Amino acid sequence: MSAPVVTRGLTKRFHGGQVAVDAVDLEVPAGSVFGFLGPNGSGKTTTIRMLLGLIAPTSGEVQLLGEPMPKAQLRVLPRVGALVEGPAFYPFWTGQANLLRFDAADRTADPRTRKTRAGEALERVGLSNAAGKKVRAYSLGMRQRLAIAVALMQRRELLVLDEPTNGLDPQGTREVRHLIRDLASDGTTIFTSTHLLAEVEQVCTHAAIMSRGKLLRQSTVAQLRTELRARLVVRTPDLEQAAQTLQGLGVTDLKTTDETVEGDPGELPIEKFAAALVAADVRIHGFGLERPSLEETFVALTGEGFDVAE
Amino acid sequence: MSPSDAAVESAVVQAPSAGRHTLALFLSELRLVFGRARTQVGLGVLAAVPLLVGIAVKIAGSDGGDEGFIGQIAGNGLFLIVASLGLSLPFFLPTAVTVISGESLAGEASLGTLRNLLTAPAGRSRLLAAKMVALAIFCLVATMTIWLSGLIVGFILFPVGDVLLLSGSTVSLGEGLLRALGIAVVISLSLLGLAGIGLFVSSLTSTPLAAMAATFGAFIVLGILTAIPQLHAIHPWLLMFRWQSFADLLRDPPYWHDIGLNLLVQAAYLVVFYTAAWARITSRDIT
Repeated sequence: MSAPVVTRGLTKRFHGGQVAVDAVDLEVPAGSVFGFLGPNGSGKTTTIRMLLGLIAPTSGEVQLLGEPMPKAQLRVLPRVGALVEGPAFYPFWTGQANLLRFDAADRTADPRTRKTRAGEALERVGLSNAAGKKVRAYSLGMRQRLAIAVALMQRRELLVLDEPTNGLDPQGTREVRHLIRDLASDGTTIFTSTHLLAEVEQVCTHAAIMSRGKLLRQSTVAQLRTELRARLVVRTPDLEQAAQTLQGLGVTDLKTTDETVEGDPGELPIEKFAAALVAADVRIHGFGLERPSLEETFVALTGEGFDVAE
Repeated sequence: MSPSDAAVESAVVQAPSAGRHTLALFLSELRLVFGRARTQVGLGVLAAVPLLVGIAVKIAGSDGGDEGFIGQIAGNGLFLIVASLGLSLPFFLPTAVTVISGESLAGEASLGTLRNLLTAPAGRSRLLAAKMVALAIFCLVATMTIWLSGLIVGFILFPVGDVLLLSGSTVSLGEGLLRALGIAVVISLSLLGLAGIGLFVSSLTSTPLAAMAATFGAFIVLGILTAIPQLHAIHPWLLMFRWQSFADLLRDPPYWHDIGLNLLVQAAYLVVFYTAAWARITSRDIT
């Protein structure tokens, strides 16, 4: 079976020449929870719009569930649940009425079960009590959850979620992440964009990193995390002595802070350093290898902080 | 199970769902148009036209000396229907059509709901068709509202009876009502060209107010062009040039020539602008 989302050389150039998405080759494995990571303005939402056929690529191609987009969209999209760029609803209608309308737009959706399915979707996102309230009176978090409910109106093979936890309070964020894991365990492939690294570390099995329209890396989250070599960190009051000892053993990229010395240990086994430090009478308060967080990986890859990319 | 069996089975599972519930979107569209408070207020205003005209005529009295249909209301309440439809055609009805058609696609775009509809997927061509059908039904409901209100108010405030036609002959009240109904239908068809323009303009923008203003602007410009005698060469092609032909239904026998030409012009505007709207919506980047 081919991957649920495949893009080849996907490019979007807006009028005026700005390249929002630049030759992106994505491959989202079936059954994965795929974190699409990048700062605001890095081209994530534009990519998602092209995946779903909302905007036409300047060049390149998209395959969704093995079929070409946007050509096969009427056949493919009923099997795809989508939340694109924040929740959008008729504010003068109730949450339930909104769900019914979007479901009615899909001609493969069975009208006989529409109300039941709406009720189930609302319950799943915890909005049963607000089903009869006008969306105008919903908080942003409630709207976000209602948008997820739209995607859950039918059984989907693929969910494409653009910043699904945006605007949610910590409790709501936890619930949505729980929901994503829950759906993934049913076998649904989930493609979720986010600018929160913590989110990727907590929920995703795979991740891709976007920056300024380009796809920098994609792999499993575990792989990304070990991408950078672990650093040797020694916690000690004898900073100078420790630094000299480590340098003597070939440790490079040494950095000294108030109470630690750290550096790239190279190929030597870690116990050699411990022995050498003890032999040099360095008092050791702490000693070990530290893996970089995904955030550090990100900074190393993009050479920029996790703020808005211009 | 052989691969061909699997193919057959999946075809069986897929086939009944494909194209099965096409109507649902159209019904939902009607709910969207007619469920909105602004539509109901608009229809309420249209329903008030016969009431205002009727009360004015009742108070001021009418000696039959007044011009046109208004002068005949006091003698026969049925003419309140015709007079109200005629009075609403130049301004009230086009305004209502402008508001609803300008809102249609631009409103969805500005709310962002267009994204949800297209990823549902509604299909761009089908969504446009649903919008146009809802607009056409709105045109009909708008004129029928006046017809019904005129009927009720006219029958309450004034005597009714056999109807004196423009050509001097008299027909029964029943046939008079039927002809008034025909006028309402012709007028609602006369609004379709404008509805087509509004739908097209609405497909260009994400700002409903801009779409309404532009559509109404186009309506005004066409009205001005129609009023300039020196432009008589292009008059037959203008949207509103034969709008008044509905009165020909009150001749005996009805005079169809101008009504036919009017409907042809409406159809031409509708085809041109609907096609343009289709070309636009099927190629537009939805953001």
